[in-house]
Amino acid sequence: MHIHVNGEARELPDDTTVAGVLAALDVPERGVAVAVDGTVVRRAEWRDAVVGDGAHVEILTAVQGG
Amino acid sequence: MTGDFAGEPAGVLAIGEHKFTSRLVIGTGGAANLDVLERALTASGTELTTVAMRRADLGSGSGVLDLLRRLGIALLPNTAGCRTAAEAVLTAQLAREALGTDLIKLEVHADDRTLLPDPIETVDAAQQLADEGFTVLAYTNDDPVTASRLEEAGCAAVMPLGSPIGTGLGIRNPHNIELIVARASVPVILDAGIGTASDATLAMELGCDAVLLSTAVTRAQDPERMAAAMRAGVTAGRLAREAGRIPQRFWAQASSPPR
Repeated sequence: MHIHVNGEARELPDDTTVAGVLAALDVPERGVAVAVDGTVVRRAEWRDAVVGDGAHVEILTAVQGG
Repeated sequence: MTGDFAGEPAGVLAIGEHKFTSRLVIGTGGAANLDVLERALTASGTELTTVAMRRADLGSGSGVLDLLRRLGIALLPNTAGCRTAAEAVLTAQLAREALGTDLIKLEVHADDRTLLPDPIETVDAAQQLADEGFTVLAYTNDDPVTASRLEEAGCAAVMPLGSPIGTGLGIRNPHNIELIVARASVPVILDAGIGTASDATLAMELGCDAVLLSTAVTRAQDPERMAAAMRAGVTAGRLAREAGRIPQRFWAQASSPPR
């Protein structure tokens, strides 16, 4: 399937979960949060939440600022 | 007064359920590198420090998070860069999910040139976030009416600016800050515009409960030394406020007894 992660196009197997996206992109799970199509996906749901084809996935973390 | 005065201000800073001994909140933006930041944070004595939420750099960790956890400093994620209430609410939700804290520094900027807070979007977002159980610290203009509205919306602290972010122009309207302090029943934290230690002292003398600053320290020629100055400035201002200053007079008044 074809999705966008942080604005970049990615090809991943169909029925990949949020946890699967993070693993595929080698993103450490600690200290990050995920939104799919503008809605936060809670950490407890990452292993079950399947990302749909064409989804826009945002992965955020804390950086210096403020 | 009791006889055990130790030279430190009384009481703790209570923001919602969170309690702090230090009354200096530091922002991590603008530091040249993490080593400089670590030395400045340590010298400041801060117990609460802001971070921004941004897209993760895929494949690398977050150095600033590791640093703050090692130093035992509580995280205050912000919503900097958001232009609407909806963006700010989503960013706050993501910050809570990523960092496991209910604290959020709500800031909704009207434009990039002034970075002034948008009061309508800020009050809207504050209401939503308070309803969702966040401990909201809201960045606001030095307007007593907006500060009251933010408190009514459920904010745990209001954070009026002294002057626009990053300007170092100090506190441009001290009377408005005093009006905000006089009416607020939540902590007032002077946020933005601090340039040097006397600005931080003035904020505390006006009755603010704490001061939040970033680039006044991180972009100073010697950030560690300026952090120590800010710490001393906040302490001095708080002590002076507690001590109660003399009234200002027009004519001289001799301090020696008349002959």
